Amino acid sequence: MPLLDLLPLAASESNLLAAREQMAFTLGFHIVLSCLGVALPATILAANYVALKKGDADAMELARRWSKAMAVTFAVGAVTGTVLSFEFGLLWPQFEHRFGSVFGIAFAIEGIFFFLEAIFLAIYIYGWKRLSPWAHFWSGVPMVVTGIGGAFSVVAAPSRMNQPQGFTLNAAGEVVDVEPLKVLFNPATGYEVPHMILAAYMVVGFLVASVYAVGMLKGRRDRLHKLGVVIPLTIAAIATPVQLFVGDTAAREVADHQPAKFAAMECIEKTGDDQTEYLGGICTEEGVKGAIGIPGLDSFLVGFSTDTEVIGLNSIPDNEEPPAHTMLHLAFDAMVGIGTALLALGAWFGFVWWRRRDLPRTPWFLRAVAVSGAGAVVALWCGWIVTEVGRQPWIVQGYMRTSEAVTEADGIWFSFGLVLLLYAGLGTGGVLVLRSMSRRWREAGADREGDTPYAPSSPTGRKALTQTANRPVDGGGG
Amino acid sequence: MSKADAAAAILWVGASFYALFGGADFGGGFWDLVAGWDERGQRPRDVIQRSLTPVWEANHVWLIFVLVVLWTAFPPAFSAIFTTLYVPISLAALGIVFRGAGFAFRKSIVRLQARRAMGATFAISSVLTPFFMGTVVGAIAAGNVPAAGNGDAFSSWLAPLPLLIGAMFVASGAYLAAVFLVGDARRAGDGEMETYFERRALGAAVVAGAFAVAGLFALHSEARYVFDRLTAEGLPLVIASLLCGAALLVVLLRGARRALRPLAAGAVVAVVWGWGVAQFPYLLPTSLRIDQAAAPDPTMTVIFIVFAVAAVLVLPSLGLLYTLAQRDLLESEH
Repeated sequence: MPLLDLLPLAASESNLLAAREQMAFTLGFHIVLSCLGVALPATILAANYVALKKGDADAMELARRWSKAMAVTFAVGAVTGTVLSFEFGLLWPQFEHRFGSVFGIAFAIEGIFFFLEAIFLAIYIYGWKRLSPWAHFWSGVPMVVTGIGGAFSVVAAPSRMNQPQGFTLNAAGEVVDVEPLKVLFNPATGYEVPHMILAAYMVVGFLVASVYAVGMLKGRRDRLHKLGVVIPLTIAAIATPVQLFVGDTAAREVADHQPAKFAAMECIEKTGDDQTEYLGGICTEEGVKGAIGIPGLDSFLVGFSTDTEVIGLNSIPDNEEPPAHTMLHLAFDAMVGIGTALLALGAWFGFVWWRRRDLPRTPWFLRAVAVSGAGAVVALWCGWIVTEVGRQPWIVQGYMRTSEAVTEADGIWFSFGLVLLLYAGLGTGGVLVLRSMSRRWREAGADREGDTPYAPSSPTGRKALTQTANRPVDGGGG
Repeated sequence: MSKADAAAAILWVGASFYALFGGADFGGGFWDLVAGWDERGQRPRDVIQRSLTPVWEANHVWLIFVLVVLWTAFPPAFSAIFTTLYVPISLAALGIVFRGAGFAFRKSIVRLQARRAMGATFAISSVLTPFFMGTVVGAIAAGNVPAAGNGDAFSSWLAPLPLLIGAMFVASGAYLAAVFLVGDARRAGDGEMETYFERRALGAAVVAGAFAVAGLFALHSEARYVFDRLTAEGLPLVIASLLCGAALLVVLLRGARRALRPLAAGAVVAVVWGWGVAQFPYLLPTSLRIDQAAAPDPTMTVIFIVFAVAAVLVLPSLGLLYTLAQRDLLESEH
């Protein structure tokens, strides 16, 4: 109950709470944008490829619109990502002081990926008119690779905080030796990184599809809108089953290596075998209240046998227990529940598409797609809550407590308040800008302005541009 | 050269690139701010927007590069700086958010009222951000950041030298931007804008030079160690900067267009390295030496590898981006 704790807190504990809230909030904001940075390029290129291969003007229009939207989300993501790197120093200076030489390695590598992504993104976004069609397409490919590489190096950092290795401390707790490869490829990298990359593809796929599903529900049932659902939804429907497999592996790894986190997210009070799997409910010391229990399933999921022993919270020292068990438990359940629902949605879409090459006819399908984007984002947040809050009270599991890492600077609550206001403005501004872009595209309608891609670049191009604009786009021709 | 010194050199390479390209982007915002109301300011704003749009995000990454190298290779220096100078650093971060969002939003909206608001956000924060970054550098040079961190949150940077360096950052960004924009306007065949930015380049050169001279006096009284080394070991670099600046003035005054960008770049980069040489061997004069702050050797090796990869992959890619932009193959559209 953090709110009740607020009043009697010592100054440093108050700072800790404020710093954690600010970090969680800015990370939660940025992570949605970084998903767009990781997975939107591939989605755009998929549409661009279809357009070029089949001479599909609608797909081409989608690719162009999405790339313009990406120009906005990438800019906002670039600044919110910068805020995060400032926060490492502003909020957690002692963490950087002691472990910067270890964890910084991944961020240094990430810097390269971010650099390349920013460069090729600019070439792609602003290259629509003057580059040749295929040169333009290929200029976008590095974005896909660097997006995945960047996600690898960034997520490798929190995965290292969960299962740290590859460094030696002296008696004073200072890092005296580092083994970079061991730092980079720690046991948690193997599941946390693919889990995050797949999450990015799911978020982007469902989010983009949901925008066009809403459009279709409003009666805009043209081919462009249908394609706007089909292309991203296909990507998401492929990513989702893989994700459930990866997530399942991840949960077992957490049970093995971070028993405290696992016990909290599954609400396991007493160590033992034949553990019940609880769905929902409130965690108390006397057990779970108001949950649906499936006897033995938790043990079975961890070790494929109900005899598997699972560590409960009673075996974890009190001062190493994660906080807010109920929140962790519900967040975990929400993530898995939403993931399962999205799997069903993807399967529905896949089955109908396979049989009839069309979307399911019922409006309930579009309604489901319309909420799937928000659902995927919520699942993403829940996953981050589980992995980050579940690691508490540690910032580096077993080595450094979050309370040791926090700044002594004054005014963190003030800074948090300011950040809330700032990001509220940023979020509102971003959404308004995207909506006004979409309205303009709609109003431009069939004419599609003078914006035909791959138009001639002669200085007297104005006239030429308007002429080509009236011709249907033939994609490959240019 | 020890591994730690080499890593410090990499830090300075990153800082030089950021000062050049990031600085010029902030300078673009400065000229946007003073371009005048809607119609009068329209043409210079268009030139600025065209020139900034495709490159500012890539240029911004140099800042991330510098931050990451600093905290990875010299963690104690990073935490000392951030626990002391958190006020100007937070304000700079705030400015970065406003600058980026303002610019990106303005480009994507059409309503005049909203464009004005976003444009003002972009332009004002383009002036404040480099100013606060300058105060951070000035506070470090003045020796106001203790090695143990948690120095005074206000007196550390609210002093003549840091404030002057902040002003110098703004002025030199404006100077770089004006010089770069002369070239851009010329390429676009816009003679009027060429003269417009030429005049501003001259003005900014004089102002930046004046701040630099004032900065020398402030260094003398507030940062004696840095001043002494700057006027001894760093003297060749100071002279190089002066020569570049003077040559640029001559070129501009004669109406010639040769070597404008290299000269402007040379003048700024020489100052960045002059600062580095003057601080040597300290990261935080005079309490934390480079070797005292250095991370273990294997971490430094990673930094070298990352730098080598950056040199092989990032620099040519940046070159490609700039080339495409300079040949007008990239188009910023609404």
